Amino acid sequence: MNKILVKRQLSDAVFLMKVSAPLIASERLPGQFIILQLDNDFGERIPLTIADADPAEGSITIIFQTVGKTTRALALKLAGDHIASILGPLGHPTHIEKFGTVVCVGGGIGVAPLHPIAKGMRDAGNRVIAIIGARTRSLVILEDELRAIADELIVVTDDGSYGRRGLVTEPLKELCGRDPKPDLAVAIGPPIMMKACSEATRPFGVHTMVSLNTIMVDGTGMCGGCRVTVGGKTKFVCVDGPEFDGHRVDFDNMMQRLKSYKRQEEEAHHRCRLDAEIASRESPKP
Amino acid sequence: MPPRRGDCEPGVAQTVSHDTPEQLAEAARRELEALRRRDKPLTPRDRRAIPLQDMPSQPADVRRANMAEVALGYSPEQTQVESLRCLQCKTAPCVDGCPVRIDIPGFLKAAADGDFKAAIAIIKRNSLLPAVCGRVCPQESQCQENCTLGKVLKDPAKAVSIGRVERFVADLERDGGHARPPEVKPETGRKVAVIGTGPASITVAADVRREGHHVVMFEAFHKPGGVMIYGIPEFRLPKKIVQAEIDALTAMGVEIHTNFLIGRTRKLQDLLEKDGFDAVFIGTGAGLPKFMEIEGENLVGVFSANEYLTRANLMKAYDKGRADTPIYASRKVAVLGGGNVAMDAARTALRLGAAEVHLVYRRTQAEMPARVEEVAHAGEEGVQFHLLQNAKRIIGDDYGCVKGMACVRYELGEPDASGRRRPVEIKGSEFMMEVDTVIVAIGNESNPLIQRTTQGLKVTPWGTVIVDETGKTSIERVFAGGDIVLGAATVILAMGEGRRAAASINDLLKA
Repeated sequence: MNKILVKRQLSDAVFLMKVSAPLIASERLPGQFIILQLDNDFGERIPLTIADADPAEGSITIIFQTVGKTTRALALKLAGDHIASILGPLGHPTHIEKFGTVVCVGGGIGVAPLHPIAKGMRDAGNRVIAIIGARTRSLVILEDELRAIADELIVVTDDGSYGRRGLVTEPLKELCGRDPKPDLAVAIGPPIMMKACSEATRPFGVHTMVSLNTIMVDGTGMCGGCRVTVGGKTKFVCVDGPEFDGHRVDFDNMMQRLKSYKRQEEEAHHRCRLDAEIASRESPKP
Repeated sequence: MPPRRGDCEPGVAQTVSHDTPEQLAEAARRELEALRRRDKPLTPRDRRAIPLQDMPSQPADVRRANMAEVALGYSPEQTQVESLRCLQCKTAPCVDGCPVRIDIPGFLKAAADGDFKAAIAIIKRNSLLPAVCGRVCPQESQCQENCTLGKVLKDPAKAVSIGRVERFVADLERDGGHARPPEVKPETGRKVAVIGTGPASITVAADVRREGHHVVMFEAFHKPGGVMIYGIPEFRLPKKIVQAEIDALTAMGVEIHTNFLIGRTRKLQDLLEKDGFDAVFIGTGAGLPKFMEIEGENLVGVFSANEYLTRANLMKAYDKGRADTPIYASRKVAVLGGGNVAMDAARTALRLGAAEVHLVYRRTQAEMPARVEEVAHAGEEGVQFHLLQNAKRIIGDDYGCVKGMACVRYELGEPDASGRRRPVEIKGSEFMMEVDTVIVAIGNESNPLIQRTTQGLKVTPWGTVIVDETGKTSIERVFAGGDIVLGAATVILAMGEGRRAAASINDLLKA
């Protein structure tokens, strides 16, 4: 179980892995996620969205960016290695039906979970317009895959090295200004990007769905670490989400909560470097 | 008047000794010798005069800096002396106080005779987890509350320490390697799924497996044991004890699937319809933390006790440098609640280095649901109790982190539905408490996942699963027990529920 079948590096810090997980592959629907752990004694549990699944092969695909200790360690694993624990699929699947025109906006690594949703929306008979954004050209992922699905694809980069220069919110606003306006927007990416997308669509009254990725321990409703404020009420991302109405999410509180362990993470990182330095000094000189 | 539960000042230990284990063992040895020298049998009057045996424990100033178990356990002589205190009354009211009706006078008699093997054998006829229950049962409100000796001495704290004797004989058997998994009857070819691996589920798994049915347990976490692993801290229930119980199950041939969430990884109905299970037991517990629903509760630095304890226990966050899971660095902590979970959270915070831990409870100590011993231990370790107070709102700084908590004072009014005097807010009594962390430990609701994903499963308005007197739910061949039925309760009650459901499952499969 949990054997890594394929590993591919998509950009500097972004990796794709196909992992054997037959039960999750057959139950999983777009929008759902897993919790993964690399060591059952001392490893941490991190949530990752399922980018794709192949029930026939019994595999799921995850796409992740190396941001913390666990994702860095995961990136060092090779095809053939095993992942100690994978729990899933978790969360409510995306509500997919024929809405009409759906704008799918993906920022950075958020394009990965967006892809199966865009595909689902297209298969349900929607006209799909995809906007994908990245900081720079080398960080653009899944462009071909989305081009194959979307009726229209817009690529933007912050530095203008590829596609349009600017932020995803600009084309999003233009699309909202069209007549008829889109029936639904789906925005997935860094919290600040989802906040900006929600603000961009708000004046146009375009319903905007966002998929949140918060701190979690169990992922089954037991710890409440993932809670967010939605429309003034507390919701658990793991069991009530991960998708919410972007116009009602308190993104500022969510972003603050995401930084809860910043200090400990920095200390841990610092400690790693110190250990390495001490080790190098203690080791006998050749 | 001797101190009664509720009369004592917070922080005053009642039956927790400050003598060293060696001193206590030596005193017991001398006591036992003296008792053995007597030529006449002990009269009830003689038994009443035998001194209560204190539990040896780590000194408070030492233990608040480590995660090791606080209570160290009786010596063999202490166990015998304590067991000799039992009056062996014919009516045995203690048995009525035990949710699984252990033959308490029977095992105390064997322990008094020094036949510890016989003692544990008697306990195991009714209880599957004596080493756990000896540690975490609220004996003072169960068996020991009814104890005649406590009544005669007009002090329930002076009842026979039934739980401590239970713990000793269970530990002796396990540590001596004498514990044998229960015998399993020939395979029947029938298959039972058990959802969850906490105390109710463990009981069902063992009881059903004993009859020769194949049992598969499903656990959402990466380790089995439920609340005994993620919730109750090492210093109160060492994980190796829980692991020994799990090992006993696997030795019996029970299959355990971890990282498996029924309702998501597989639907409950699929177990019956596609996977060939003949019956299902739901023992998923009370795993949805309640919050206060006050302003500021989603600030950085506010945690459910579940999250705080899971990080510390299951994820081993106390082992800084080795564990990848971080835990919030706290200086001044407020814990809201008065139950065992609140005590566990407060004492964990101290051990993780908090300078001050304040436990805020809106009633008085008499109403605290926590075990008396845990309250006493917490007080000894330096947890500061704020009774008849409650949090009103939590205040954050510019970064959204907790910097304080507004509290109000209460007084006790008329009794409410639970018979406890209802706390009434004193107008204008608001005051500020400077804290950087708030841990909410006011209880749990049932986890809604299985109910939401299982058609036809009837639940109460509070989300607990409805069962009949046999433990059967509204769905054929599906049973439930433990906190998912009771709401948040205790290990022993969950075990009692498990016993009942297992008997029903075994009956069903016999047919």
